[in-house]
Amino acid sequence: MLSAEIKDKYELVVGLEVHAQLLTQSKMYNSDSTEYGNMPNTNISVITLGHPGTLPKVNKKAVEFAMKMGIACESEINRTNIFARKNYFYPDLPKGYQITQDKGPICKGGKVYITLNGEEKSIAITRIHMEEDAGKSMHLAGEVDTLVDFNRAGVPLIEIVSEPDMRSSEEAYAYLAEIKRLVRYLDICDGNMEEGSLRCDANISVMLKGSDTFGKKVEVKNMNSFRNVARAIEHEFERQIQMIEAGEDIPSETRTFDATTGTTSSMRSKEDLNDYRYFPEPDLSPVLISEEWLQSVRSEMPSLPRELFKRFVNEYGLPDYDAGVLTDSKEIALYFEELCQKTKNYKAASNWMMGPVKSYLNELTLHISDFPISPAQLAELIALIDEGKVNFSVASQKIYPVMIEQNGKTPLQIAEDLNLIQESDEGSIRPIIEQVIAANSAKVEEYRAGKKGLLGMFMGQVMKQSQGKADPKVASKILTELLEN
Amino acid sequence: MEKFLSFDEIKKSLENRETDCKSIVNYYLNNIKTKAHLNAFVEVYEQSALQKAEEIDQKLALGKAGKLAGMVLGIKDVLCLAGHTVNASSKILEGFESQFTSTAVQRLIDQDAIIIGRLNCDEFGMGSSNENTVHGKVLNDLDNTRVPGGSSGGSAVAVQANLCTVSLGTDTGGSVRQPAAFTGLVGTKPTYSRVSRHGLIAYASSFDTIGVFSRNVKDNARVMETIAGPDDFDSTASRKPVPNYSELLHFGKPVKIAYLKETINSSALQPKIKENTLEVLDRLKKEGHEVDEVNFPLLDYVLPTYYILTTAEASSNLSRFDGVKFGYRTPNAHNLESMYKLTRSEGFGEEVKRRIMLGTFVLSASYYDAYFTKAQKVRRLIKNFTEDLLNKYDYIIMPTTPTTAFKFGEHSNDPVAMYLEDLFTVQASVSGVPAISIPNGKDEKGLPIGLQIMANSFKEADLYAFAEYLSASN
Repeated sequence: MLSAEIKDKYELVVGLEVHAQLLTQSKMYNSDSTEYGNMPNTNISVITLGHPGTLPKVNKKAVEFAMKMGIACESEINRTNIFARKNYFYPDLPKGYQITQDKGPICKGGKVYITLNGEEKSIAITRIHMEEDAGKSMHLAGEVDTLVDFNRAGVPLIEIVSEPDMRSSEEAYAYLAEIKRLVRYLDICDGNMEEGSLRCDANISVMLKGSDTFGKKVEVKNMNSFRNVARAIEHEFERQIQMIEAGEDIPSETRTFDATTGTTSSMRSKEDLNDYRYFPEPDLSPVLISEEWLQSVRSEMPSLPRELFKRFVNEYGLPDYDAGVLTDSKEIALYFEELCQKTKNYKAASNWMMGPVKSYLNELTLHISDFPISPAQLAELIALIDEGKVNFSVASQKIYPVMIEQNGKTPLQIAEDLNLIQESDEGSIRPIIEQVIAANSAKVEEYRAGKKGLLGMFMGQVMKQSQGKADPKVASKILTELLEN
Repeated sequence: MEKFLSFDEIKKSLENRETDCKSIVNYYLNNIKTKAHLNAFVEVYEQSALQKAEEIDQKLALGKAGKLAGMVLGIKDVLCLAGHTVNASSKILEGFESQFTSTAVQRLIDQDAIIIGRLNCDEFGMGSSNENTVHGKVLNDLDNTRVPGGSSGGSAVAVQANLCTVSLGTDTGGSVRQPAAFTGLVGTKPTYSRVSRHGLIAYASSFDTIGVFSRNVKDNARVMETIAGPDDFDSTASRKPVPNYSELLHFGKPVKIAYLKETINSSALQPKIKENTLEVLDRLKKEGHEVDEVNFPLLDYVLPTYYILTTAEASSNLSRFDGVKFGYRTPNAHNLESMYKLTRSEGFGEEVKRRIMLGTFVLSASYYDAYFTKAQKVRRLIKNFTEDLLNKYDYIIMPTTPTTAFKFGEHSNDPVAMYLEDLFTVQASVSGVPAISIPNGKDEKGLPIGLQIMANSFKEADLYAFAEYLSASN
């Protein structure tokens, strides 16, 4: 084991390459379906299979998705997009080359913001480019030959390459989480790392703290969850420090992560690397992005999580924690946004979202799109509380469950039906309180002797006697007044 | 008796009810059998051609036939036709049947042209003699000891020997024009991107074009105007409208013609070809056209540029032939790597392997800038020079080839000598401009000489009109 003292001498340097499978209906260079989960080799055509004489054609939607990611990352959008061939032989690669972008990716530069321990940091993006996915080799039990499923071959991908800007596994985790959140907000990728729609390779090196030159980097592949990316980085950090401490050279190599042991092992050295012989794809004309096209894509951009977070904090006065939870998913954030158009009690709205709404969704593992109460209805319920007609616990425990059943009645109607409108009239609350005080004379003595904590007990009695209808504010005021006398 | 030597003649015979499509097809089928030794056809679609002929005869009777009804056509073995084998003259595509039809061929079928068969060629269009083919060499009908040129040798001989009315070839560096010159035919390479490449088995994507062989300019123009134009399957195909070339053959005004000093003075040029070319230039001068000699200092760089870029593209285009999905797979492999290596070693011919190796080399990381990048720059220079010249002059004239048809085996052991055959044709390919080869007399042995005319991009109409004018006075 590495001592904390030695570990503390070194700094970790991480850059990530993230592949995101785009949610287009058809493939990157032809009209075959991209639907997931179909029978092997059904989403194919002569073009996907690379039959002689076939030619690719660029999917405009995929270009727009890539543009959206670039706009979200504040990248420079390349107006003349040339594609390139990356040549290598593998059975799942039908043409013997992948059509990708080499020089001149669609997005250059840019940044992704992450927040760790309340501090914001930006991770620079080197580039985002478009390319096509390969098929899948399958080794079936009892089958001698390797079989290939080409359904995935040609599915559009973007590759998002970061600068080596991350300094801890937590930052890498936060970066990935942010990428996932962005692609989901943009609706361009479902962001599911376990199913492979988001894939990540990590370039990891270590250097002495304060050094201005990076160590030799190692590329790690085959991590199928955010957690495993973090584990692989932690492992590499220690492994590389140990090597340096032992006076060994760190070879430039590609390593693979084993999730069961949490360790990495060598796949191939960089010297064995394929020479991919990139050159401009002559079968595709350059895709030109006009100002009009860029503007129209820009105009379709949704609000992004960081923007919403800032609005929630600055305009709605919410704590960072609330804003973070509410912007975690686009749908929740949009619901909340709509809710805030109907009520000005933003903190109450936030409490409702993070309390009753979330727990209902979590309990039934529902998505917010399946939530039966509209933002307008929820706002009415909040208004009912604000007007003093019901209190929060009555609203959440008695009215809210009825609203979920969608009987078409307003919160006010439900409250009236169930006789839940609270008493805020002093004249009707006072007798109840007088009763409670009369019935608990011993406790009243104790209270007057200094045991102020008994106030809660008295309030409980009052609420019970009034069947929860007494306005707590009014009741509390009268109660204190009578007890103090 | 030779007949059906032009589509005009066929049309007239059909109009006068002297013949019908079925008789025309039978006539060609008979010729194909008689001339089987030429080895032009790899496969003859006898039944389907006859059946199609009957259908078109019925359409003709109803007055509903397409504009190419009566035209019988052969297609090079690199053009796809649904439900038919296509091999690119390679063992590696043994038994491969295409599931779709190339756009060019489909457009001809749509106009009721009849496809009579598939024509021999050099493997993947790589060659200048039609000797590099799994189907066996093609003989020049004029002298069976001589090559027909390549790579579209079968397409040339099929028209030369009157085995079909016209034929489709492909021209990447001269593969239509050179065999047209060697067989005394009209052969065109259109502007790059003028004809969709969908269904054309690629050799070098940024050079490949589909061209036409015919006995006369008008038939050539007819086929070209039918196959040209935009295509959803080929995003590189030009969207420019296509004029009706065959109706624009009238040529009246004086024009400006350039000839390149370096081509006419090339040491590789056969004297009789030089003489015939100069005679044409003289005549044009006398007929009131401006004819200027122009320097072309880049001539020496044209072939190296062409071979670097085409082999680079070919090395990648031919990667899909790996034994995994279709075509030939070696029976001798014991693992994945040996499957790849043996399949490709056994499946490709020598010339194709040479070009794959060359292309892989020039694209490799250590040599990329020295070769590929530099060749791209020189290509730009040649293209700019050619286009600038064609902005000043209407046409560039030069011999199509340095020699007339040579003997089999003459260049077999010397690839560079073989590559020199393309010396004059690759300029148009590197530049993307259209070019045509028309017959220009014969040499002392009676072998045809070709005259090449180049015009600026998308000036096919002008090119055809000028070629028609020159042919008429020849």
